[in-house]
Amino acid sequence: MNSSQLFGITMIAYLLSTAFYLALFLFKNKKIGFIGMLLAAGGLLIQTIGIGMRWYESYQMGIGHAPLTNMYESLIFFSWCTALFYLFMEIKYKARIIGAFVMPFAFVSIAYASFSDRINDQISPLIPALQSNWLIAHVVTCFIGYGAFAVAGSLGFIYLLKAGTEQKRTAAPTLFSSLPELKIIDDLTHKTIVFGFMWLSAGIITGAIWANEAWGTYWSWDPKETWSIITWFVYAITLHARFTRGWGGKRIAWLAIIGFVAVFFTYFGVNFFLSGLHSYGSS
Amino acid sequence: MTKSTKNPILAFFSSVQLALFLLFVLAATSIIGTIIPQNSPASFYAKQYGPQMARFFELLKLTDMYNSWWFLLLLLLFAINLIVCSIDRIPQVIRIIKKDNLAISPERLQKMSLSSSFTWHTTIEMSVDRVHAILTNERWKTTQRDNEQGTLFFAEKGPWTRFGVYVVHISILIILLGAVIGSSMIAKKVLHKPSFAFKGSVMIPETRESEVIYSFKSGQPIDLGFTVRCDFFDIEYYSNGMPKTYLSKVTVLENDQEILSTDIEVNAPLTYKGVTFYQSSYQPYQDFVVSLQNNRTNKQIKRVVPPAKQLEWQEGGISFGIINQEAKGKVTQRVKVWLTDNQGDPSTFWVNMGQEAMIERPSGTYTFNAKQLYATGLQVTKDPGVWLVYWGCILMLVGLYIAFFMSHRKLFVFIQQKGKNTEIIVAGNTNKNKIGFEKTFNRLATRFEATDE
Ligand code: HEM
Repeated sequence: MNSSQLFGITMIAYLLSTAFYLALFLFKNKKIGFIGMLLAAGGLLIQTIGIGMRWYESYQMGIGHAPLTNMYESLIFFSWCTALFYLFMEIKYKARIIGAFVMPFAFVSIAYASFSDRINDQISPLIPALQSNWLIAHVVTCFIGYGAFAVAGSLGFIYLLKAGTEQKRTAAPTLFSSLPELKIIDDLTHKTIVFGFMWLSAGIITGAIWANEAWGTYWSWDPKETWSIITWFVYAITLHARFTRGWGGKRIAWLAIIGFVAVFFTYFGVNFFLSGLHSYGSS
Repeated sequence: MTKSTKNPILAFFSSVQLALFLLFVLAATSIIGTIIPQNSPASFYAKQYGPQMARFFELLKLTDMYNSWWFLLLLLLFAINLIVCSIDRIPQVIRIIKKDNLAISPERLQKMSLSSSFTWHTTIEMSVDRVHAILTNERWKTTQRDNEQGTLFFAEKGPWTRFGVYVVHISILIILLGAVIGSSMIAKKVLHKPSFAFKGSVMIPETRESEVIYSFKSGQPIDLGFTVRCDFFDIEYYSNGMPKTYLSKVTVLENDQEILSTDIEVNAPLTYKGVTFYQSSYQPYQDFVVSLQNNRTNKQIKRVVPPAKQLEWQEGGISFGIINQEAKGKVTQRVKVWLTDNQGDPSTFWVNMGQEAMIERPSGTYTFNAKQLYATGLQVTKDPGVWLVYWGCILMLVGLYIAFFMSHRKLFVFIQQKGKNTEIIVAGNTNKNKIGFEKTFNRLATRFEATDE
């Protein structure tokens, strides 16, 4: 068994988990939802082993380093963070149905990593610039934040779906009535953004420290840095609008989605559309 | 908050609307600089976007927008907004914290969002002792006051956490201040002292030294105040040909005294007297660094030798030169050496770069070693503000943690006589994490209820 095979199994588990959560959403059968959760948890476990395995494989090749150093590895890690954060939330807040909207992210990113021909899945040695412990701190902190923001974006989406149908004031239970109360979704969105903001801040800071250790400038306005601060601003706006202007509901839901679009662009868009220091993603 | 007494200018600068507006404008305009390449030569923009667009870019400084007057002005407004807002609000926070919580009336307690009351079948003195015991046991530090109706206990946790938000805001100001202090632009244009803060680079060939570095923006030399010598430069490769290590061995000298010798690698810079040297590039030369040793006398020389040129080592009585070489691209693999001690036929031999050759001569054995001459490219910066930036970052994370995850919780217990019994009113509130505090409160209330046998 090697790490790629384990990631293959993870991918299938996440796909099935998505399907079961969707079935829970459509048919509201509790057992189906429980299977969805088991699949997600099982996938996460196998993925964790896979990440450990890839780490071990790199040592066997004599170029040992944490598996967080190229686009392939970061996509796997993003998928892992999203699944982990979601399961944590499901267990803590008993909000199972949300999995129908979050697990697709975990699935798509691992599937994209495995199948896109733009992405190289080889374990390669680290060029001198990447030989730093700050790299690991930077990637881990950023991606915990990204995972949380993916969940927050999904929550925003769910909120808008449900709010849209509730406005029509149909007395009959609709497809969306099985989703949590709007108030709860709203609260979860806020909590998730707060958590993500903390980690994004830490991610930007560790990145700045690393840049200063490697190049002698903690901030050079390269496109990836700039997009990360844009993302940070979007969430700062969201927090202030809520905390000091009492925004909530649809507006915050939209901001959660816009925020995730900014995250997505920071992570992917910059690598594929713009150029800069962080070009490892294009390999 | 007494809005009416406020100066309108202050009101404007302390408003959160302005903060939201500035954050939005900063985010939106920042995008421009990620689309238009920054700091390219003027000809690039003319070619890429046409002369008219290029002039427009120049007018709005879009080609170096993060240093443009309007972007810096936005940042300045942002900083003023933060300062005024904090000055405006911190006194209110202090007032909230200093409030006399024991002056509250029992009626108000009953109206708090968390409030319950019980009857204890015991004397008031007993009740006071019990309440004190329970609260102390639950680690609430209490104060108490008797009034005509009964006894009021008050306890609170984390009043200082109300400052968390301001810790975050102040940390942003500290980071901005650090950035200003470390700015080479300000060192040059405002302080007229480029050596105060700079970013630049220098190329030093092996065995050579430099007392200056060259500023990135202007190309002007900047005096270091000491000397750096490059002793050795090396690149190591992985088996697949990717570079593994770039390494420079350097020596710092002051007044011709060697102060320290150390290695510089990518991610492992050298800092000396506030100036930091980063491994950033290199350049191979045509010349060679040769060391030659007479093994009998142990005398040794190290020379930079151009190809096809005869050199003399007077003291050792040796003449030598490099007469041929084999290279892959710009990287020399091995050289052919000609060497004589003027006794008998000269020796000629091939030697691989960096390896030693032993040569038997009538006058003794010699050890010969040649390596291609490289120059190391060092990026050199002096940033006297960076420690402020780092402290600001730490402060920001601490502040965010306090602001998001800690709260100011208050607990009130009022005890009053009701006939032969006592009535206990427990009430509490918090500024954040209402759900978490509700759990604590309910557990406590249950304990109060259960205490009466
Ligand atoms: C990007 C920069 C900023 C960051 C990261 C930031 C961060 C924060 C955070 C984390 C909170 C607490 C929110 C919560 O508990 O949900 C907060 C609250 C607040 N911020 Fe900012 N802030 C920034 C800029 C500003 C600016 C420029 C102003 C200027 C007016 C401002 C005014 C406020 C106010 C008034 C509050 C509410 C404080 C209270 O009533 O307790 N912030 N900020």
